[in-house]
Amino acid sequence: MSLAELICPAGTPAALRTAVDAGADAVYCGFQDATNARNFPGLNFTPDELAEAVTYAHARGTKVLLALNTYPPAGKVDLWRHAADTGARLGVDAFIVADMGVADYIARTYPGIRLHLSVQAAASSPEATRYYCENFGVKRVVLPRILTIPEIRQLRREIPCEIETFIFGNHGLMVEGRCSLTNYLTGQSTNMDGVCSPASDVEYVRDADGSMSSQLAGFTIDRFGVDEKAGYPTICKGRYAAPHRPEGYYAFEEPISLNLSRLLPELIEAGVHAFKIEGRQRSKSYVRGVVRAFRAAVDDIKAGREANIADLIALTEGQKQTQGAFETKKWR
Amino acid sequence: MIPTSEPTARLRPGEGAIARLACLVLQPVLTRVVRRVATRHPSLFARLGPHQATDFLIDPVELPFALHLRPDPQALVFRAVPRDTAPQAGATIRGRFLLLLELIDAEQDGDAAFFSRDLEVSGDTEAVVRLRNALDDMDGSLAEEASAMFGAPGRAVLARLRRAYPDATKPQEYA
Ligand code: SF4
Repeated sequence: MSLAELICPAGTPAALRTAVDAGADAVYCGFQDATNARNFPGLNFTPDELAEAVTYAHARGTKVLLALNTYPPAGKVDLWRHAADTGARLGVDAFIVADMGVADYIARTYPGIRLHLSVQAAASSPEATRYYCENFGVKRVVLPRILTIPEIRQLRREIPCEIETFIFGNHGLMVEGRCSLTNYLTGQSTNMDGVCSPASDVEYVRDADGSMSSQLAGFTIDRFGVDEKAGYPTICKGRYAAPHRPEGYYAFEEPISLNLSRLLPELIEAGVHAFKIEGRQRSKSYVRGVVRAFRAAVDDIKAGREANIADLIALTEGQKQTQGAFETKKWR
Repeated sequence: MIPTSEPTARLRPGEGAIARLACLVLQPVLTRVVRRVATRHPSLFARLGPHQATDFLIDPVELPFALHLRPDPQALVFRAVPRDTAPQAGATIRGRFLLLLELIDAEQDGDAAFFSRDLEVSGDTEAVVRLRNALDDMDGSLAEEASAMFGAPGRAVLARLRRAYPDATKPQEYA
């Protein structure tokens, strides 16, 4: 049976301790630079903070996974190598990588440390996954959020590594690691600079009637009426006017979060080894609430009880949730 | 250029005078609280980075005044200001007082409060994100810490506030 490990987010040392105390099997985190895909202002760990975090987590039986899951631009690979060296020195349990050069460096230099393939690598076929396993010794693939459960079950039979799927949180719908929307407007790349819709380019404007516009690099990407729930200022969740919909509509995706709590038993049965909770940019309150809820649910299922899933709607984007492609390819 | 934002002017008759009096009474309390936080949580300033010099306006909608914060460790400013004389701020954070307090204490999630429209931000978004992340990395409860500084009367005020403003947006507790 799948071990159903819970992989939990930590944007700060306090959030990491919160996740560990709430029952995380592993916590993932990153440094304060472009080497990870949550390079947000004021977020993430210094090497000293990571050292303390590893000590705290290991003392309680929790693993620490270091996200090095962005793509080094040519000539800048030293930042990623240095981050890997620091992580190895501090005793992290695994690196989460997307770039083949970074994977190759770690596989050669630190063959004793596990490599997990980030969702940012967008490996969704058995061929792609096997390539990473065979060439870099990847032990786990984090699957893109585009596969149904029957597809995951089939994939499990065809690859030689563990599977991790997202279970809760942000639901971007472009191919992970390939999305250039934010780069188009702001000049900063999600995949190389590690941040989608950088805060320095975001502005919220309150209109006279109480509605709120969210703007990215001077472009209005949504306008929320007084009673409407809001979402993140990401282009994929913007509301746009088009010739056939002049009133404006969510052309790609609406503000919504993934929540697979009801599919947990099926995912475990399909052989998913680990479940990832998204949200390193979220607060300790979010981490505590979501980790506790999924800890309880996984423990129930493992004990053969029916899982009593807590209501997490208050924490979802736009206060809406979806099972996305996991339930059906026709979800959007 | 740092964008500026202004507090909402919602003055009712006589409110200006009440606000000025409340600010005078509160100031020594605020000064003590902010000095204490700065001493006990020095790592907060590193996360603020360049926004140690930013003027934040914290605007609790149901109180007759706003709070002006400049988290500069060399020259900390935290003062209550009547809305009509509030300075132009680099960033403004607006919401119910207790919600703002609970955000600082990680009893509420800032993004969730933003999604539900209970929390409004304007001005320099990066400054707000940095302040949020810096505060979220603090252990313990600032509300408890601050109220404990004033002994039993302080704790009584906090308990009363919590009763007066029951929570609508908080996710349920998971046993
Ligand atoms: S625009 Fe949307 S899909 Fe693209 S990186 Fe940002 S969140 Fe992801």
